Amino acid sequence: MSGLTLPEPERDARRVLGLTSMTWMRLLAPGLLGLLFLAGWEALVEMRGIPPYVLPGPVEIARTLVRDWSSLSVSLLVTLQITAAALAVAAGLGLLLAVVFAQSRMIELSLFPYAVILQVTPIVAIAPLIIIWVDDVWASLLICAWIVAFFPVLSNTTLGLNATDRNLEDLFRLYRASRWQLLWRLRLPTALPYFLAGLRISGGLALIGAIVAEFVAGTGGNASGLAFRILEAGYQLQIPRMFAALVLVSGTGIAIFLALTLLSHLLLRRWHESAVDRRR
Amino acid sequence: MSGLALQGVAKRYATGTLAVQGVELTVVEGDFVALLGPSGCGKSTLLRLIAGLDAPTAGRIEPSPEARRDIGFVFQEPTLMPWATALGNVTLPLILAGVPKPEARARAMAALESVGLTDQHGAYPRTLSGGMRMRVSIARALVTRPRLLLMDEPFAALDEITRFRLNNDLLALWERERFTVVFVTHSVFESVYLARRVLVMASRPGRIAADLPIDAPQPRDEAFRTSAGYAAQCRAVSESLHLAMAA
Repeated sequence: MSGLTLPEPERDARRVLGLTSMTWMRLLAPGLLGLLFLAGWEALVEMRGIPPYVLPGPVEIARTLVRDWSSLSVSLLVTLQITAAALAVAAGLGLLLAVVFAQSRMIELSLFPYAVILQVTPIVAIAPLIIIWVDDVWASLLICAWIVAFFPVLSNTTLGLNATDRNLEDLFRLYRASRWQLLWRLRLPTALPYFLAGLRISGGLALIGAIVAEFVAGTGGNASGLAFRILEAGYQLQIPRMFAALVLVSGTGIAIFLALTLLSHLLLRRWHESAVDRRR
Repeated sequence: MSGLALQGVAKRYATGTLAVQGVELTVVEGDFVALLGPSGCGKSTLLRLIAGLDAPTAGRIEPSPEARRDIGFVFQEPTLMPWATALGNVTLPLILAGVPKPEARARAMAALESVGLTDQHGAYPRTLSGGMRMRVSIARALVTRPRLLLMDEPFAALDEITRFRLNNDLLALWERERFTVVFVTHSVFESVYLARRVLVMASRPGRIAADLPIDAPQPRDEAFRTSAGYAAQCRAVSESLHLAMAA
């Protein structure tokens, strides 16, 4: 055999329903595996006769999801609101603080260690304090989720703002760009890919923060999110309902990740190496 | 006055390295001068001092770089903003100077046309070839209609065919606009082909060792590149460079 491999343009070009064979593979392979797993799970539960309060089958979970949708959807909305608000505040404040850091080395040196402390302290340990200190439950949950989500945006954006091309910086200096022009036209665009990468990490963390805080708070009544539904179902041994809530939590996490990936792709696809199709 | 005068210019870096020392240089307006020397002889440093990107530790530069706003600079790399189109990149110096957008756009289109990239104005840098990127970089340097164009080994990273073509394009632009050019290069052949005057630099510390006028037909073209006169002057410059490096 010679080591020479001829390119196969037909392989990449072949499309089914507008998608390349590679894309189909990426969708079908994990999808098929998931189906096999669910079928095996269902078969195990059926054949062994495992009672639903120990391990419900996927069909039972789906049925519960539909049956309890009215109450579960309210909780989903609560969790979604807290997560989205925490992520928005984390993104906004993270970006703002990173910009402040970039403008003043003194402020960065003074504040960054505290941002690290905030990041490394386990949220489960400080959530009870925050819930005690802050009267409003919704606000306290928001703060918990924010603390977890905030750091990746801050550290990534700070890194990005300092990653400017030295020659481009010289060019801006040559044309006597103001501080503001330098920030707006050079440093922020340079930092955008870093910021978006941080945001993708923060999206998942905001959800985790919100769920953890809900667990600790154990809210009842109107303002109860998905975590409370899981707790409640656990106490009442309504295991299928617990799984249904769990499915919604995971689904939310996946949806957030996909939405942020799409956002990143849309903003970077024209110019950033991470987002462009290499098979030109 | 758009010429240039350097008197006793020296630059010592914070690390203690003496990059250039005792540089005396006068460039008349509209001249094309090449700074030729081996890597690390301080030619880029000298160019940065002339541009005002660094301040000399001794000596005077006239007119003072801080006072003038008619300088164009071309880096060794194209140094384009990847997030902006070719047009967006060329518009930048005008936008930074506060020129209204429609006017900036029109002037940038004219600059792109002068380097033959009208059709590529909407392309992002990553989709352009190395030669095209360098053309965008030159268009950006020319868009403010500078009277002094500083070029730091701009074609060093390009293949020879592209480099020859860009040499000719640069000469054509210079014939038309007659801005003053200070062109840093480490290629003897490039310096003789382009410049009317070649300044040979010696290193440690960087200084000007020889000042050689180049005698060539105007305007220059590819015929000059193969002429006996070109070969003889390349040999003379090359010998002078060897002397400077041995000193």
